[in-house]
Amino acid sequence: MAVFIVRRLIISVFTLLAASYLVYVGTALSGDPLQDLYGIQDEGDAQTQMDARRRAMNLDVPVFLRYFLWLGDLLQGDLGQNKFGQSVSGILGPAIWATLQLVIAATVLAIILGVMIGIISALRQYSGFDYTLTFAAFLFYSLPVFWVAVMLKQFGAIEFNDWLREPRIPLPIIVLVALLAGLAWMAIIGGNRERRVSTFAIAAVATGGLLWALSETGWFEDPGLGFVAIVVLALSAALGSTLLIIGFRYRPPVIATLSTAAVGCVFYLFSEPVLEDPSWPVILLLAVIAVGVGLGIGYVVGGLQRRQAMAASALTAFLTGGVIFVDYMLQAYSGYYDIVRGRPVSTIGAATPNFEGSFWESSLDTAGHLILPTLALLLISFAVYTRYTRASMLEVMNQDYVRTARSKGLTERTVVTKHAFRNALIPVTTLMAFDFGAVIGGAVITEGVFGWKGMGQMFIDGLREVDPPPVMAFFLVAGGSVVVFNMLADIAYGYLDPRIRVS
Amino acid sequence: MSTETNRPATSENATDRPPSGDEAQGITIAARTQGQLIRRRFFRHRAAMGGMITLLLVIVLAFTSIGFGPIPGWWDKSYLSTGSLVNDGDPTLSLVPAFLGGDGIRLGEHPFGQDDVGKDYFALVMRGAQQSLIIAFVIGIVSTVVGAVVGALAGYFRGRTEGVLMRLTDVVISIPTLVFAAILAAAAGRAGIVVLGVAIGLVIWTGLARLVRGEFLALREKEFVEAARAAGTKPSRIIFKHMMPNAIGVIIVSATLAVAVGILLETALSYLGLGVRPPDVSLGSLVSLYETAMTTRPSLFWWPGIFIVIIALSVNFIGDGLRDAFDPRQTRVRE
Repeated sequence: MAVFIVRRLIISVFTLLAASYLVYVGTALSGDPLQDLYGIQDEGDAQTQMDARRRAMNLDVPVFLRYFLWLGDLLQGDLGQNKFGQSVSGILGPAIWATLQLVIAATVLAIILGVMIGIISALRQYSGFDYTLTFAAFLFYSLPVFWVAVMLKQFGAIEFNDWLREPRIPLPIIVLVALLAGLAWMAIIGGNRERRVSTFAIAAVATGGLLWALSETGWFEDPGLGFVAIVVLALSAALGSTLLIIGFRYRPPVIATLSTAAVGCVFYLFSEPVLEDPSWPVILLLAVIAVGVGLGIGYVVGGLQRRQAMAASALTAFLTGGVIFVDYMLQAYSGYYDIVRGRPVSTIGAATPNFEGSFWESSLDTAGHLILPTLALLLISFAVYTRYTRASMLEVMNQDYVRTARSKGLTERTVVTKHAFRNALIPVTTLMAFDFGAVIGGAVITEGVFGWKGMGQMFIDGLREVDPPPVMAFFLVAGGSVVVFNMLADIAYGYLDPRIRVS
Repeated sequence: MSTETNRPATSENATDRPPSGDEAQGITIAARTQGQLIRRRFFRHRAAMGGMITLLLVIVLAFTSIGFGPIPGWWDKSYLSTGSLVNDGDPTLSLVPAFLGGDGIRLGEHPFGQDDVGKDYFALVMRGAQQSLIIAFVIGIVSTVVGAVVGALAGYFRGRTEGVLMRLTDVVISIPTLVFAAILAAAAGRAGIVVLGVAIGLVIWTGLARLVRGEFLALREKEFVEAARAAGTKPSRIIFKHMMPNAIGVIIVSATLAVAVGILLETALSYLGLGVRPPDVSLGSLVSLYETAMTTRPSLFWWPGIFIVIIALSVNFIGDGLRDAFDPRQTRVRE
């Protein structure tokens, strides 16, 4: 395995070098870097400025050699200056953070949601749910990112913020959403007619009632979860992880996850001093502790199903922690709402300028800025992941070993999660690398629409000015992360499919 | 297969021609070639046929309405000439019939409205659709030819040729598509739309090259290739005459999808100002020109976007239908 990784790494470095040569030469030849100086009236002044820029950008050196000057600087850790004399590494620092936030959030969400929904879609092949999703995926593929982004800006931010002033959901919309939710749950759960009808009724009534109650009690003006909601959510996290990982056949894992959820709820009651105004390291530490506690409870209570109980409890602990995190964030909402003068969903930039607030308020600020560009990027990748997972899951479900697993009497849950799901993931890992490049491309566009000062903007500005150093800095990060993702995918591939390692 | 099951089990002569049993029962069976089977499956694919008809309608609408080059069209306004504002520049298109309280079904003077200097927006959108369609098809052709040839050469010759070509593919893949396309388009955009299409096509061939190489690696071990080689056939003839037709399914499907990817890439680049340059327009540059009009005159923003979605969606459906037609295994259910 080590040899495999090292060999991949060496090849990647050479690939990246060759690609950087293409990008450099392409950028340098894409236009005239002196264009903006031709407009200067005073000829003597224009001449001096042109000479200065020729010297600064080494324009007298042929392009094909100029690359090596840049490469030489790079090897000494210098990214160079853009054509207005600013240091590129100075611009790159904050830009990387903004873009990576966007890209990683979109990729992770797309993978989780896409894989999940793709699997459901495959398990319910040719149902209404499947057809709807297939059509939605085709539609999302065909959407131009920039158009969606402008639309999101209009409806997701401007009009949504207007709505938040008077947050009442009109009754027809509640009914419509309730009916749609009922249909979706009916298609997901399936079963015979009786079961379908009851699923539909329960889901529709629950959704409609919840929305109506939230709207009537003015929840959207001052949202929060409260202890009861946290207990309910923690218990559902416990039951959900048990169902996903081992099922309800054995008692110890159920006890383990339920007690983990209970510990989470008790922690919530006494969490005020710790979570008043924490920092990211504290949150991370708490997450690690939560997972550790989950593992511990699973180890102690798990009995014969120790391994599965540990996994299920750790998942429960993580989810419960997430619920508590969201609760604290929502508690800070009304304060934040006043700070941003009633416009919580933002359309410009990665953070409110000169924003000072508690940890929770600045998290809300980040979330409010991230949500729309992430959504714009998410749609397309989500469609790709759903389609891919669905196809690969269908392929796997038709394999003989799945039939064997069924015929030896395993439950459908075990067949799906243990035998089919893992194998269906193998081709999906290759997609990760491809898709990451696409998301970075999408980020170039979305950043422009949402006014983020990210790497994509740096790239476009550099390209418009025919200025290689910023473009190259962007490429090093973008191409580098594509290569890293590619490699991670290859390693994951090798891990998931032992046949690859042999060759 | 069906002929076998129809044959009476008590057939005395086991080496009988398969259809004989059916002929005895009065059933005539016409043999279908592979091509006929594929065509049949494609024409029965409802989404694909819907896409096909929509795409043809859009193409006909775009090219006949304002005419193309010297040929005049049936729409009397030009996308270049300005005019006085009718109806405040709002669209005069109405689709609500009179008895439902609307203005009746009519096109009116400017169905999509007018922009701020009074240009007819329908003519502008049609011009944009023409340009975007031409570029998309050029992209499809270029990327397919390059991808198929690179993949075929790498798969057939193996060895050093394969090494060089596949490393080249890796290099192009490691540059994010939109980034590479933007860099090439920044230079090529000024040289007109065909050059722009070629430039973008040179970016997106990599996926097809890998697929075709895979096909060729399997095909070159087949007996008919061995036989052709033994007969002294030239490599170029083996590749294009013997092997390429066997990989045609992958190639056609990729070509279709490349058109869909192409139109999205081109409109994105034009939106960024790197593709089709003013005064000429494409669907992407129209969106970028009028995105600020979203609140005041939404139709200026909606129409070009809707056309992009319609074109891309119908091409994607056609691609899906072709994939099912060439590879029916993908849709088969086995319970």
